Amino acid sequence: MEKREFRVTAETGIHARPATLLVQAASKFNSEVSLQYQDKSVNLKSIMGVMSLGVGQNASITITTDGDDEADAMNAVAETLKKEGLSD
Amino acid sequence: MRAMLKGIAASDGVACGRVYRFVEPTLTVKKRTITNLDYELNRFHQALEAAVSEVETIETRATKSLGADGAQVFSAHRAMLQDPDVIAATETKIKTEHVNAEVAFATVMNDFAQSFLATDNALTKERTSDVHDVVKRVTAHLLGVNLPNLALLKEPVVVVTHDLNPSDTVSAASKYILGFVTDLGGRTSHSSILARSLNIPAVVGTQTGTQTLMDGDSVIVNGSTGSVVTDPDQAELDTAKQAMLDRITNMKRLATLRNHTTTSRDGVGVTLAANMGTASDIPNVLQNGAEAVGLMRTEFLYMDSEQLPTENEQFATYRQVLEKLAPRPVVIRTLDIGGDKPLPYLHQKQEANPFMGARAIRQSLAHQNIFRSQLRALLRASAYGNLRIMFPMIATLDEFRQAKAIYDEERSKLTTARVPLGKIKVGMMVEVPAAAMLADRFAQEVDFMSIGTNDLIGYTMAADRTNQDVSYLYQPYHPAILRLVQRIITAGHTAGIPVAMCGEMAGDPIAVPLLLGMGLDEFSMGAGSILKTRQLISQLNAKDLQGLAESAVNSAGTSQEVITMVQAAVPNVLTQS
Repeated sequence: MEKREFRVTAETGIHARPATLLVQAASKFNSEVSLQYQDKSVNLKSIMGVMSLGVGQNASITITTDGDDEADAMNAVAETLKKEGLSD
Repeated sequence: MRAMLKGIAASDGVACGRVYRFVEPTLTVKKRTITNLDYELNRFHQALEAAVSEVETIETRATKSLGADGAQVFSAHRAMLQDPDVIAATETKIKTEHVNAEVAFATVMNDFAQSFLATDNALTKERTSDVHDVVKRVTAHLLGVNLPNLALLKEPVVVVTHDLNPSDTVSAASKYILGFVTDLGGRTSHSSILARSLNIPAVVGTQTGTQTLMDGDSVIVNGSTGSVVTDPDQAELDTAKQAMLDRITNMKRLATLRNHTTTSRDGVGVTLAANMGTASDIPNVLQNGAEAVGLMRTEFLYMDSEQLPTENEQFATYRQVLEKLAPRPVVIRTLDIGGDKPLPYLHQKQEANPFMGARAIRQSLAHQNIFRSQLRALLRASAYGNLRIMFPMIATLDEFRQAKAIYDEERSKLTTARVPLGKIKVGMMVEVPAAAMLADRFAQEVDFMSIGTNDLIGYTMAADRTNQDVSYLYQPYHPAILRLVQRIITAGHTAGIPVAMCGEMAGDPIAVPLLLGMGLDEFSMGAGSILKTRQLISQLNAKDLQGLAESAVNSAGTSQEVITMVQAAVPNVLTQS
């Protein structure tokens, strides 16, 4: 299992567009991928789950990947966060 | 059943074909108790698959016409349709509560929508409308009801609708649209302007078109006379088909003028420009041989979206337009919203009289963050083409000065940051009668003036052109309007700046001889009128028309007198075009 913390830098937070891209990235892997924000944890392959968190700017989020390709999944998610200007 | 509908002739030409109703259906869902679970689960998955494939088609079309950013909303819809948690929760609901798929899916999705609304993220809250769109699409498939979408057209049809909105991506589907019939609107409403710019025959304001015409009905739409005939006989069909062929021949003949400049018979050159509503109009602008863009509206960037467009999104669009149309000058008008074109996410106040309310430049000066972000996007894009910025609805010198000062501030910030900028002209739209009267003073401070006739006529005659009870007052050739137009042109020329016109009037065959006689420099119109106007001007003697313009301005008392004068001065020309 891999676990990493990120700080959301984008002014608009994780709204529909970044959520779509994160879900697309996570869905490419077999591993279970989850996003934890405050006391809630959702499946990062579920756009409705991700959006229901309403993650805003400066939020601290934790991504967890668990499965045979967990390292690759974590890298893909981290890269999407970076590419979309969501996180440093 | 044979019927004849009468409407307003909005875009010339005849079209015959089958009706495609572009009307939102009513979806009635009843809660049912399910006994055959496998059957219900199967129905659910089939509906999801059908919805996904539909959204993929729309997404592909939208990517082609609007670019990846414009199509983004559809990838979100697809992700919602393929959401594993939603699918699992719906299946569980069907299995444990024995409810039908329509109810199970809608309940699961609505619960999520509720949690969107409970967040602090404004953009997430707004996306509940996407959730409803997705639910609607799946429900329609479950009910076996067709959810019409122009992006799904596969064969040529006559589109029948209440009214077209700027957000309906019509341009992208235009090759499958033979003609339009709408319930609402007049000659200058959005539907009509769009139909003319695409050269698609249209009859608008039929009131009952969507009630009378059913999917698959055979119809003949005559956009020159304003009539729609259903169930035509063979003779009528033959005549219509011949008219369609003649029109195509005529359009081919006009197409030879595409790469020509515009010159009157006696050698006076003018510029024929196009009006544009979205970036997807670019191919149409080029195909119709526009020498410039006299008006690019920017509302679509704000209206097609559920949130304010970012500076970068705007920059990308402006850059694309300027690059693809270079070296042609492109006049981009800053945001003209408010009143009749409200943006839900701005939470504007309800106004008793929106046409005289906080719209256009008034809105921009009151909400400077929005205005500044648009100006920065424009400035940055200027390096990629020939940009002219135009402020709409200017009534006073102070407004122009204030807008210009904000522009200068943003410009110097970018210059300090060493952002490359192009050469930019900054001008105004003259559409408020007060500005028309004071055009000589404005002309000393602006780089160009462009007469916005739709609003200038509306404000001068105090009549709303979309109100059918008073639309008769919308009289472009009225001597009062001509006097204002002449005043603006003269003011511009005295100050040594060019004067353009970017309203519907600029492409009107009766108005063109008058405007040429008055000395108008640039005529900007729906792209579909450019070639016809180029041909018309090539047959006119500009110097002879000065006298016509003078009499029309100085001695005519009514619109009809003006029309009679024009017809007497250029009889042969007008009957041909």
